[in-house]
Amino acid sequence: MTRLLPALALGLALLPLSAQEKPQAFIGARIIPIEGPEIENGVLVVHRGRILAVGGMATAIPDGAVRHDAKGKVVLPGLVDSHSHIGSAEGADSTAPIQPDVRVSDSLNLRSASVMRARAGGITTVNVMPGSGHLLSGQTMYLKLRGGQTVDALAMEKRPNGSYLGGMKMANGTNSRRTTGPFPGTRAKSAALVREQFMKAQDYQRRLREAGDDPKKRPARDLAMEALVEVLEGKRVVHHHTHRHDDILTVLRLSKEFGFKVVLHHVSDAWLVADEIAKSGFGSSIICIDSPGGKLETKDIRLTNGAALERSGALAAFHTDDPITDSRWFLREAGLAVRAGMSRQGALEAMTLNGAKLLDLQGRIGSLRPGKDADFLVLSADPLSVYTHVEQTWVEGAKVFDRADPRHRLYAVGGQGASHDTYDLTHLLAMEAEETYQ
Amino acid sequence: MIRFGLLFSLSAALGAQSLAVRADFLHTSAGPAIRDGIVLIQDGRILAVGRAADVKLPEGTVVHRAKVAVPGLVDGRSTVGLSGLLNQPHDQDQIEGSAPIQPELRAIDAYNGRDPLVGYLRSLGITTVHTGHGPGALISGQTFVIKTHATEVTQGVLKTQAMIAATLGDGARSREAGKAPGTRAKQIAMLRGELVAAQEYARKLKEAEKGKEPARDLRKETLVQVLRKELPLLATAHRAQDILSLLRLAQEFNLDIVLDGGAEASLVLAELKAAKVSVILHPTMSRTFGELENASLETAARLQAAGIPFSFQSGFEGYVPKTRVVLWEGAMAAANGLAFDQALQALTITPAKLLGIADRLGSLEKGKDGDVALFDGDPFEFTTHCVGTIINGVLVSQGEETRGPVR
Repeated sequence: MTRLLPALALGLALLPLSAQEKPQAFIGARIIPIEGPEIENGVLVVHRGRILAVGGMATAIPDGAVRHDAKGKVVLPGLVDSHSHIGSAEGADSTAPIQPDVRVSDSLNLRSASVMRARAGGITTVNVMPGSGHLLSGQTMYLKLRGGQTVDALAMEKRPNGSYLGGMKMANGTNSRRTTGPFPGTRAKSAALVREQFMKAQDYQRRLREAGDDPKKRPARDLAMEALVEVLEGKRVVHHHTHRHDDILTVLRLSKEFGFKVVLHHVSDAWLVADEIAKSGFGSSIICIDSPGGKLETKDIRLTNGAALERSGALAAFHTDDPITDSRWFLREAGLAVRAGMSRQGALEAMTLNGAKLLDLQGRIGSLRPGKDADFLVLSADPLSVYTHVEQTWVEGAKVFDRADPRHRLYAVGGQGASHDTYDLTHLLAMEAEETYQ
Repeated sequence: MIRFGLLFSLSAALGAQSLAVRADFLHTSAGPAIRDGIVLIQDGRILAVGRAADVKLPEGTVVHRAKVAVPGLVDGRSTVGLSGLLNQPHDQDQIEGSAPIQPELRAIDAYNGRDPLVGYLRSLGITTVHTGHGPGALISGQTFVIKTHATEVTQGVLKTQAMIAATLGDGARSREAGKAPGTRAKQIAMLRGELVAAQEYARKLKEAEKGKEPARDLRKETLVQVLRKELPLLATAHRAQDILSLLRLAQEFNLDIVLDGGAEASLVLAELKAAKVSVILHPTMSRTFGELENASLETAARLQAAGIPFSFQSGFEGYVPKTRVVLWEGAMAAANGLAFDQALQALTITPAKLLGIADRLGSLEKGKDGDVALFDGDPFEFTTHCVGTIINGVLVSQGEETRGPVR
């Protein structure tokens, strides 16, 4: 037995922390479940990575549960960032404008400080994407910011074919235009190139279908086409960067033409075409930027986009586009959106449940409901206040960020070593000892 | 369009009208907050500040109500008006790439007061900007100070020359191979050489017989102003090593310097304090890349604790967002260890003192310009709105442009 113990201990350490834990109860906080009204003096019980119960002080707490006093705190579902580039994300290179076979999962450095900063910002689920310099820059990946540092440890889900749950990144407008090489020089050419690829994929799909189970009749495997077929079949949503009102409508036309599901990203001019977006039924992933401008396509971006989409009845969620905005102040976007006319409830949904819906994960995450993943935050005060800090971030019942831990606090506040490319390194601990960060 | 119409008509009426702001909380930057306070402005200047019960309003005074009122905000360092909203070559005048040292470039020759970003900032309570040439060259040019209601530089200029903008470290490195400065040491060597040449120029001017003075050299003349402490050297430096290089240079030539940026200022607090240097701190929410990798949300609080005067700034942004909002940068520091009043001072009276305009603005006191920002709550809260901006006793904005039209 004694010889087995270290192995056993190691085995347990590798399991999700939640699996080995007793039930945990967070007692006395104001709970904002997102689905359902806010609960003063609430109780949240989690066990084995899932939410067991959410309710008032009368909520049954299982015997043997670990009790956390959360009086004076606010509990919110973990934030869902529907568009980010943390982990030094990369995608397609400059050799072609459309590269569906390229996967962001093959580029991620999950020891990057940006990942720890996202946890510090209260983000528990992230859609990590390649950039917008291509018409199609590759496959995105949905991450759960558990305590690990590898793609497998943080993957939302690994699929049978070895790829990870995620979408497909596309872009139109100026970012994907270039004056040289195989890239489009105009908007019409951009659409033409996309159309050409999707028609190729339709053809590939047809040949696959016609071959049926006969391997001899099957077309040669083409990873790019396979990925686009997933898009055509609705198994992989298109996350489409688009700013200008006309470009937004072009995306909607193309999605209709080929029948693919799409999430509109940034949509700087959303306030101009909010009704058209609502009519399409597709959701938008939007961002709150401190001021308009900085590029021609964002000259008219407004903080009112959230309010405009809300009023039109369109689904909208926020994103950081980290590093465009730092993951640590993701919650600020809800505050700014309310400032510009969005409802409080709408803005908080846009930080959580709506993001989950954009990623088709609303059954698992985005609200505090029994059975959902135990992804939640302990906040010092109201989520819309500048003075509020994320005190703890919990993913699947395990604490992955604790502001009370100086090593974690460094990533929240910044300072010597905070943006270093790796974390949990001994030199950072040594720096802590120098009382630079008290 | 309403905004511009308003500006025009009220400017015409200026001088005849008295205007007052009555706020549940009046923060003056010159003492404790006044509950139910009033600022009375006449002929563009503050006539009285006090509790509403104690200030007698002349008949016909237009009274603007607000939950909170503060002195018009002063942006400690910006490039607004030079780095336009569109971010296209035709509206980017904050940096001239043809040479690393060009102190003769004047901000007043480049400022576009009609750029929409100026109006955007004005609508958020920012009444005065210290703007001009940006970081990105060893000496990029001059800065100046202007009020945000001014559409042309024939109005509203508080200082035609404020400081000479310099940059140390990676930001000043030449982007072209083989072109100086390629290293940090070369940067300091070049600055030293320029300052020595300016000293020589000043000596020749002084010693020359009448009619035999050296030919005028605007570049050297400007640096002579720096040597004479008529203009401070505003040096952008983030790394501790660059900050210390700056302090050495200042000591060597007996310069007035202001540290801009200072991401690692916390590491050299004692040195900054001993050198009596003021800091215009980088935006609190700056991206933590490169030389800013060690930036901290708590640097402002540390400067405060060390007794080092500091101001907030919106800084320069090369991409999105094209300008930051200094109010929000101060707010983030207020949420990270800095007290409300301390943060407000670093947005008002401290930059006013640093810019040498505290006799005119930066606090709500009798005799100062009637510059007031009105809010419907704590100005630092994300969900609060700036509901009015008053410059020289004129309501130049009512309602911030963050809201825009919602369909």
